[in-house]
Amino acid sequence: MAEFTLKIRRYDPQSGEAPYWDEHTIELEPHRSVLEGLLQAKAKTDGSIGVRCSCRAAICGSCGVRINGQPGLACHTHLDAAAARSEDGVITVEPMGNMPVIRDLIVDMDAVHWKKIQRVTPWLINKTPIPEREYIVPRESMVDVTQTAACIQCGACVSDCLTMEVDPLFVGPAALAKAYRFVGDPRDAEHESRLKDLSEDPHGIYDCTHCFKCIEACPKGVAPMNQIMRLRRIAGSDHHIVDRNNGHRHEAAFGTLVKDHGLLWEAELLPRSYGGDSWFGKFAPAAGLELVASLPAITKALLRGKVTPMGALKPHKIPKEDLAAVQRIYDVIESRDERIELNLYITGTDAENAENPVETVAAAAPSAGDEEGLTR
Amino acid sequence: MPAYDVLIIGAGLAGQRAALAAAQKGASVAIMSKVHPVRSHSVAAAGGINAAVNPADDWRSHAYDTVKGSDFLGDQDAIEIMCREAPLEVMHLEHIGVTFHRNEKGEIDLRAFGGASMKRTAYVADITGQALLHVLYEQMMKFHEVIDRYEEWFVTSLVIDDNGHCVGVVSRDIRDGKLQTFSAKSVILASGGAGQCFKPTTNALICTGDGIAQAYKAGAPLMDMEMIQYHPTTLAENGFLITEGARGEGAHLLNSKGERFMEKYAPNKMELASRDVVSRAEQTEILEGRGVGPEGSGIWLDITVVPKRRTLEALREIVNIGKDFAGVDITREPIMIQPGMHYIMGGVKTDVNGATPIPGLYAAGEVACVSVHGGNRLGANSLLDTLIFGRRSGEHAAERAVGMPMPTASLDAQRRDEEQTAEILSRPKTGRRVSEIKEELGTTMNRYVAVFREEAGLQTAHEIVRRLKEEAKTAYVDDKGTVFNQDVLGAIELDYMLTCAEAIVVAAIERKESRGAQFRTDYPERNDAEWLKHIDVSRNGAETPHLSYSPVTITQWQPEERKY
Repeated sequence: MAEFTLKIRRYDPQSGEAPYWDEHTIELEPHRSVLEGLLQAKAKTDGSIGVRCSCRAAICGSCGVRINGQPGLACHTHLDAAAARSEDGVITVEPMGNMPVIRDLIVDMDAVHWKKIQRVTPWLINKTPIPEREYIVPRESMVDVTQTAACIQCGACVSDCLTMEVDPLFVGPAALAKAYRFVGDPRDAEHESRLKDLSEDPHGIYDCTHCFKCIEACPKGVAPMNQIMRLRRIAGSDHHIVDRNNGHRHEAAFGTLVKDHGLLWEAELLPRSYGGDSWFGKFAPAAGLELVASLPAITKALLRGKVTPMGALKPHKIPKEDLAAVQRIYDVIESRDERIELNLYITGTDAENAENPVETVAAAAPSAGDEEGLTR
Repeated sequence: MPAYDVLIIGAGLAGQRAALAAAQKGASVAIMSKVHPVRSHSVAAAGGINAAVNPADDWRSHAYDTVKGSDFLGDQDAIEIMCREAPLEVMHLEHIGVTFHRNEKGEIDLRAFGGASMKRTAYVADITGQALLHVLYEQMMKFHEVIDRYEEWFVTSLVIDDNGHCVGVVSRDIRDGKLQTFSAKSVILASGGAGQCFKPTTNALICTGDGIAQAYKAGAPLMDMEMIQYHPTTLAENGFLITEGARGEGAHLLNSKGERFMEKYAPNKMELASRDVVSRAEQTEILEGRGVGPEGSGIWLDITVVPKRRTLEALREIVNIGKDFAGVDITREPIMIQPGMHYIMGGVKTDVNGATPIPGLYAAGEVACVSVHGGNRLGANSLLDTLIFGRRSGEHAAERAVGMPMPTASLDAQRRDEEQTAEILSRPKTGRRVSEIKEELGTTMNRYVAVFREEAGLQTAHEIVRRLKEEAKTAYVDDKGTVFNQDVLGAIELDYMLTCAEAIVVAAIERKESRGAQFRTDYPERNDAEWLKHIDVSRNGAETPHLSYSPVTITQWQPEERKY
């Protein structure tokens, strides 16, 4: 048993008071969860602490909160780990971000999260004819979409989505992962229209800024950002969808510039995104208009020293062998017949996938009097 | 006042399936749940769903396995319906988007499960319940214009009219604390089990027997309440579920001597005997001093014999549970488990259409007792039960609505519930805390009404439950507000749990034999001559439960000795 201090963000909409911090001391074994800590405080001292919870085992998705500023499930965060992460050993528990607070740790998921889920037409639109028995589909495809179907809708990724912070209309990580669940499903008939819809939406797949926050936040390994990137690749490379937000061209320009120069040539990026993915792109009328429109941003960047006039005119230089190495990466990847997508849900790491070494199994097999090593 | 042809309480698999079926039939439908539908406890079902989809299989084989699993207490007409309709239901689920695991040919793959005579369990990794529940919720979003959803609404009473018909419910909007009466031609209870009467349990905190208690209070009989399933593999650390799928994939159970002790108890099926048999075997090993762990109260589950890649792909969730909640890498070392309360076979008595003896009141899923599980439910039959009887009750209730005038629920029940809430809020601080009473109830039930039972212990449990019922009347709550007042809901749930617990205990005292999950050390044999019958528990207007019997329906399979 150990003592922990929970500092809980409280808010009672009926009181007319501002949110405040409320400290509770709880006593539990260190590997117990923050949720168990909250429930102990609720049971023993203050039954009015509001927190949604149900399964306690990270499957129902109710207890999404922020612990020491990190989004996650309260039932899935150990007390000792949470205390170690905080500077003063006090575990702070706050409601998730990007969603309005109803009370204490309870946020309004309907107002944000579920609206966005509904936005992506979240049901299978069957390929016809529907077979009498099951659809015959590749084994891998079902395992693959199961990774995204494993999303428990806890909202942790939505809580800390940086894009959503500046663009509340962004469809967001959870909903886009849900969209992949259908785009990756060979039984769905509307892959292309789903992708077109989410490409053309200015708050759709090209709105993501690639910050990795959602991957870090997800307690179930859904890796929403990876799914968003897969949607982009499938939209652009497989369905050749060129969206009016210039998202696809922007991404293509990014790839070409890094391939050609080893590093990003920032000044070329915008014109190419708007005018087309070549050096001549900047002379296209669309690029001209965009350059004029972007002048304030460009001026700011110049004033802050983010770009120098010389840097803008010339690409960055890297050593020849480094450039060759970068280009080799492109060659290897582009010469593949099929895109290989990482699916951590099934593949794990290479080391994990090695066959069970026989000696390890034998060593781990229990024998009389050998329990201590395995019990905590 | 909102009014619907069909009003469904509970939005797990049974409730959502009922809603979709009723809407398909053209009824006006609403579904109401005290939690958001995807938080329902169906989400925790892991291993899979049974159906004879393999052309080499036969639904009669599935039905026989189920009858045998039930220790011949299951009603065979209902079991036949469930097993016969199972393959079609699984195909329907596949068509609406469930990502069932495939074999190399791209067909639905099947895994082995306890008590089954062949591989019959379709699955999605070990998150089958979640996969199914989320797909049904996708359908709820698809049909949002025809199915009204009341999410985070807590039902406080069923409304029964002067003719004894169920005509609606009273419900509290958790967000603002207001009570609202709903009228309905039919109400379907689909609000799950009562696992929280026990501690520990694999069940979620929301499984407080609400529907069972509401129906009982309204006069509906409960059946098979003594039949409480202890799952053979729950984490010794905290009671979390380790799916039977682990043993289905080949994992072994070992005692402190490293023996696969199941060969003594079930030489043919070994670890895949039915759950009551395996749990009893484990408990016997523990009681006879061959348990593992510091207190000798555990058993090893050795999953390292399953190929690692298969474990990572098909048992992913328990890899996480082992790592996150017990600090054990199950691909490298055994994990300590013990039998733990998991499921209640009993519930509100219904016919094969989900109808209870109260006109207008239906029940489906764990809240109900059809009875397809009898004395012991087979693994992966519960998901099937929720879907088959959820659908059947939805369809039946919708058909019943045709040509029937919409009743108007009286507001008396709402007034009573308003008074009850006010009374709870006004209780002085001298009462015990709700959490304390709940804790004592859980540990009492787990001590006396567990794998092995006997008269004296059961009588003790009954006395304690009766005392707790008294104490609950003055239980104090801290929260006096209206917005998300979980404290008041906790006090009401406590009352529901105590009602269920008493029904469980009196039925367990009554059944003086050992059958399925009920093992009486003072009556260790099955006694078909006297006890091949269901025990019904009803309120009958009295404070103490009234007991009666109903016959077991036998169609093709006569009771025989049960060996695995």
